[in-house]
Amino acid sequence: MTAPLLSIRDLSVSYVVGNGMVHAVDGATFDVPAAGIVGLVGESGCGKSTIARALTRVVPKNARFAGGEIFFDGTDLLKLSEGEMNRLRWGDIAFIPQSAMNSLDPVYRIETQLGEVLRQRGGLSKAEAREKSEALFELVGIEPRRLRDFPHQFSGGMRQRVAIALALALDPKLIIADEPVTALDVIVQRQILDQLQALQQRLGISVILVTHDISVVAYVCDRIVVMYAGQVVESGDTRTVLTAPYHPYTMGLYNAFPDLQSSQGILTPIEGSPPDLSAPPSGCRFAPRCPFVEPECRATEMVLHEVEIVDGPAGHVSACRRNGDAEMLRAKASEVATWSA
Amino acid sequence: MVGVTAPAIDGQDHRDEVVRAEGVAKHYQVGSNLIATLRGRSALVKAVDGVSFTLKRGESVGLLGESGCGKTTMGRLLLKLVPPTSGSILFEGRDTATIDGADLRAFRRSAQLIFQNPFEALNPRLTIRQSLAEPLENAGVPRAERLGLIEEALELVRSPSPAEILERYPHQMSGGQLQRIVMARALILQPTFVVADEPVSMLDVSVRAGILNVFRDVRERLGLTAIYISHDLALVRYVCERTIVMYLGRVVEDGPTEEVVHEPLHPYSKALVTAVPVPHPDQSHEALPIHGGAPDARNPPSGCRFRDRCPHAFERCAVEEPKPIQQGNRTVYCHLFDS
Ligand SMILES: Nc1ncnc2c1ncn2[C@@H]1O[C@H](COP(=O)(O)OP(=O)(O)OP(=O)(O)O)[C@@H](O)[C@H]1O
Ligand SMILES: Nc1ncnc2c1ncn2[C@@H]1O[C@H](COP(=O)(O)OP(=O)(O)OP(=O)(O)O)[C@@H](O)[C@H]1O
Ligand SMILES: [Mg+2]
Ligand SMILES: [Mg+2]
Repeated sequence: MTAPLLSIRDLSVSYVVGNGMVHAVDGATFDVPAAGIVGLVGESGCGKSTIARALTRVVPKNARFAGGEIFFDGTDLLKLSEGEMNRLRWGDIAFIPQSAMNSLDPVYRIETQLGEVLRQRGGLSKAEAREKSEALFELVGIEPRRLRDFPHQFSGGMRQRVAIALALALDPKLIIADEPVTALDVIVQRQILDQLQALQQRLGISVILVTHDISVVAYVCDRIVVMYAGQVVESGDTRTVLTAPYHPYTMGLYNAFPDLQSSQGILTPIEGSPPDLSAPPSGCRFAPRCPFVEPECRATEMVLHEVEIVDGPAGHVSACRRNGDAEMLRAKASEVATWSA
Repeated sequence: MVGVTAPAIDGQDHRDEVVRAEGVAKHYQVGSNLIATLRGRSALVKAVDGVSFTLKRGESVGLLGESGCGKTTMGRLLLKLVPPTSGSILFEGRDTATIDGADLRAFRRSAQLIFQNPFEALNPRLTIRQSLAEPLENAGVPRAERLGLIEEALELVRSPSPAEILERYPHQMSGGQLQRIVMARALILQPTFVVADEPVSMLDVSVRAGILNVFRDVRERLGLTAIYISHDLALVRYVCERTIVMYLGRVVEDGPTEEVVHEPLHPYSKALVTAVPVPHPDQSHEALPIHGGAPDARNPPSGCRFRDRCPHAFERCAVEEPKPIQQGNRTVYCHLFDS
């Protein structure tokens, strides 16, 4: 594999709340290759947005970096000065926040808002900014004459495209898109994903797509990173992770998803709920809900191990103690009875 | 119970038919203040516009479509939470517009809504026991019988450790637990008809499956007639044997879910089915057969409302509204099938 564009090593981020801490991200490690889409998945509260924001270092006031490194093109972002980081933001790393489509200012024309980014951040002249705005609108599939519209004249899907256009404004190498299609209808969702994929391929950039929907990952992502309770539990090539998962949580998540194309009889819930991140359990955090738990699981801290796949793509890691039993666990995981408490 | 003894309007035997919607419309006047009117911004939103279907006893029917197509409005109309602008809704053979007084109370017991957002559906100041007792109290169930019914309802929705949960407040529970309580509350008066409006959209995937299983199970055990509102065809397929696809206030297709999924007839249903992502990476994807977004509900196209996005539209589509056309088990509203 060529050197990744982004390498996250053992990243930990906590939030200060009252007299305690929420350990929102705890020792996350994964890579983002140069050119490609990486899907960051996991259920609500597992730390996806926290990671996404940490990568741009635009975090809430009560957030604390508790350790780790974020190498972007070989530089550790966490060691940069605020000024240096500021130059990278937008320029090299663009972030589309979770509710970006609602964050456009209603009183200004889209043109004004896009132009401002291009001129202030990108140092373009007024004429250049206009030209670039039109090119960006064409890129994301909106007629350039609609630049003169106000945000309320746009549908949710169009506003999401504007957010993507804004992110692309200064030709970044990496776009981090936090749930870019979650609030959208399936048809619009599909249009946006197609657009994002086409742009990624055409411009040769990297995208981190944060989502809770593994169907979305299956559709557009080359690689997948599965998170549970603040930790990365499995990551690798999308096809191998989804078709031959090693971590029981990945297996469970997959079973719980409705699938329009299969004749699956029953969806299987994962009993219980994720742990409280202000006092996470020791050992494997999924252990309390895992049907394959052994006493040692609760005593052994999770560590990502490369799994052995003959002729498979490299870089598939899983944090399960029982990686070696994966084949047997997969067979059991496909039975409903395995998951009923 | 409402209507069972009341004569049906048309004098026919509708015992097998729980709900009948006939040409139902609900129009909202939006921006009707003076300034909006002067600026020409006042408009009529035809949230539901001429919808007809019937629900047989024990049937579970999905109401599917994009945001704003009128699903929630249709659900509220069926439950007599809003009156129709025109058309009629029959419940157990009786026009709901005429139900009042004691009959209305009975109707409210028989026909229940399951809310979308479990975090908003319960009063935060009441314990779970109080929340569940409330409908019983309103229905005049004697105090002594209430706890038994509450426990039964909690068991029905497979709520874990009911004894412990009863004294908790909503904020002390997870979304999945709450959604079970919301469901228990809707079922506690033993309704015959429920409308579930996106009941799992706020829940995590691992939890969602459990709620859907409870819904399927309860429906079967109680022989409920149910409307399941969702924009997610994969979910509808999981809980409903029949699906009604809506587009901008109208029905475009109505028939067995498996048929709609595997061989959608209406061009819009086809687009919906094509757009649904599936969780396996090897699936080949057809290109989306339509372009553009949903048009403004205030200004829908003439004739067929889907025509400006439809790849097959021809002249007739602009001038004539499609009539229901029977195709095997399905009803499709599209001129393509009118031969
Ligand atoms: N500013 C904050 N202060 C305190 N706790 C926070 C803050 N932001 C997030 N958290 C907590 O940190 C954890 C991770 O939150 P995060 O928003 O990263 O999750 P997520 O995976 O993006 O979830 P979702 O899918 O709901 O967007 C959660 O337990 C959340 O409650
Ligand atoms: N009380 C109201 N006043 C004015 N317009 C309304 C009202 N209720 C609904 N509408 C409009 O009617 C249309 C249909 O709304 P409805 O809520 O029924 O759609 P829906 O299919 O349930 O959408 P969603 O999937 O977003 O819940 C929309 O254009 C909506 O804005
Ligand atoms: Mg988030
Ligand atoms: Mg609705």
